[in-house]
Amino acid sequence: MYRQMVLIRRFEDHAAESYARARIGGFLHLYIGEEAVAVGALNAARPTDHLLTHYRDHGYALVRGCDPKAAMAELFGKASGLSGGRGGSMHLAEASRHFWGGHAIVGSHIPIGAGMAYAMQYQRREEVVLDFFGDGATGNGIFHEGLNMAALWQLPVVFVCENNLYGMGATLAEESPVKDMIIRAEGYTMPSRQCDGMDVFSVYEAVRTAVEHCRSGKGPFFVEAVTYRFRGHSMADPELYRDKEEVGRWRAQDPILRFGEFCVRQRISSERELEEVNEQVEQEMLEAVAFAEAAPLPEESTVADGVYANPIDPEAAGPESA
Amino acid sequence: MAELSYRAAVRDALREEMLRDESVILLGESITGYGGSYAVTKGLVEEFGPRRVMETPIAEAGIVGFAVGAAMGGLRPVAELMTVNFALLALDQIVNSAAKFHYMFGQQWSVPLVVRTVSGFGQLGATHSQSFEGWFASVPGLKVVMPATPTDAYGLLVSAIRDPDPVIFIEHSLLYSMRGPAPPSGEAGLVPLGRAQVVRQGQDVTVVAYSRMLFQALQAAETLEREDGISCEVIDLRTLRPLDYPTVVGSVRRTHRVVLCGEDWRTGGFGATLLAEIQDRCFDDLDGPVARVAMRDIPLPYARNLEHLLIPAAGDVVAAVRSLV
Repeated sequence: MYRQMVLIRRFEDHAAESYARARIGGFLHLYIGEEAVAVGALNAARPTDHLLTHYRDHGYALVRGCDPKAAMAELFGKASGLSGGRGGSMHLAEASRHFWGGHAIVGSHIPIGAGMAYAMQYQRREEVVLDFFGDGATGNGIFHEGLNMAALWQLPVVFVCENNLYGMGATLAEESPVKDMIIRAEGYTMPSRQCDGMDVFSVYEAVRTAVEHCRSGKGPFFVEAVTYRFRGHSMADPELYRDKEEVGRWRAQDPILRFGEFCVRQRISSERELEEVNEQVEQEMLEAVAFAEAAPLPEESTVADGVYANPIDPEAAGPESA
Repeated sequence: MAELSYRAAVRDALREEMLRDESVILLGESITGYGGSYAVTKGLVEEFGPRRVMETPIAEAGIVGFAVGAAMGGLRPVAELMTVNFALLALDQIVNSAAKFHYMFGQQWSVPLVVRTVSGFGQLGATHSQSFEGWFASVPGLKVVMPATPTDAYGLLVSAIRDPDPVIFIEHSLLYSMRGPAPPSGEAGLVPLGRAQVVRQGQDVTVVAYSRMLFQALQAAETLEREDGISCEVIDLRTLRPLDYPTVVGSVRRTHRVVLCGEDWRTGGFGATLLAEIQDRCFDDLDGPVARVAMRDIPLPYARNLEHLLIPAAGDVVAAVRSLV
């Protein structure tokens, strides 16, 4: 788990650096600071459990086992990227790992997760669905529609609200009448658990309870992980809405430092071993960036491919007669 | 010859596909005990049970989002949105989820989803009397179908359910009780997506229509033949996206005149796109401007006389054809 958190951190440090070098275009939303949520949650689930996330999705992809080279190549808009260079940072996915995407319309994947959970229940399959979103999504109607259906039909879906206290530039107090997101679950009679999103164990425990609840056929479960993003909303964010002191207070709770200290204190790992992990990951990330740099762009002749799974070309058929 | 209503044709298609494929499920508002707002799904919950015919909350975006997820999980959902007016609440899920995933995620999966919904009017007021096929047809990734006859309603719906892509299937409330020849059963009844049909052959003017406007066009063609000796070729588009341009263009090249009929607003309506494409492909073949029959850019009023004034009808088609000849 330490390695996974460092992997996310270093991947994103390199992504930010590549963004500054204009190798990555568009938006880049960093997950730095929130690593314990993806790592704790996904380790508490099975690799076959279905995963849907918000657009701050790099961490989930990496923990799910996606190749960092292919993830970085997607950020670079290359053909060998996870989504073939069609998706970009916000739209990573790998269906073979049951990772069904980063979703960039806030909250839109909440009913989608409920629908997938219904398909699992209908087909009597064991997989449950993990559906991650931010506190900002809870103000959107689609959040309520999705939770309502999941509760109504008792579907095997874990909703994980990653409460990082800001909906882009809006503070929690500006966007929500409730401070604790688990209160939202009460209206749907959905059991819930709040956890410390800066503590990988706390997240792991909460999500493990949730996943077991869902897998045993008891319906949906709501987890709130209180966390903090150390960087701006996206690379374009000057962070005018929060002061440096607040950021500093949260940085002191850095989930990687906390977990590293725990490992050393408990003599699970030595400082030197952790340092070796850091170095290995750094090396791997340098390779991922080099791979993404060198990877070919998508073939321009393929730009129209895949708009449809079953393209129908009336032009090829010729005119119809009476 | 056996006859069937448009409503029964839609129900037969749903029922037969549910019998054939257990992954086909239905979901929508009041589609179980109530039988659907237009009674299309009547009896299906009794036959297939609530697991396959799901009563949903009144939550259009949630319904379509849920159906997208169910499709990704291996089912073939057919979501009913009571009318196309309410489909606006689900636009995000239709446009940003259903239509995007196959392309945007690098062809890793498709979304085999059918959204059935209904256009129409009849003193229903401005919010319940609109036509948005042009909006949906502007979105790459969607297929858009608007059947006019029971035969096509059946055959196109079966094709839509079996198709791996999201299909917006727009029925017409004023056609539900219309009867027509029963479609051939089984595979013979299939109607392929993306194929128009020349419903009436003629030499002087091409009249392009779909859904209810097909019958207005056919009625107009009769009148014009009788009163003016004008021979109209009437084309039923059936599928608006992908659009069968070869059939339309082939006809226009023979007749050199064309009238486009629709019930949606003139500005930005489906006819506007069709018009642009025809002038692009057939400019040298045209003997006059492309004429349109469309809804004036006014919210549809309730009062019977005012509504009647605005609804595109056979008389409007007749006038449009006469203006060209």
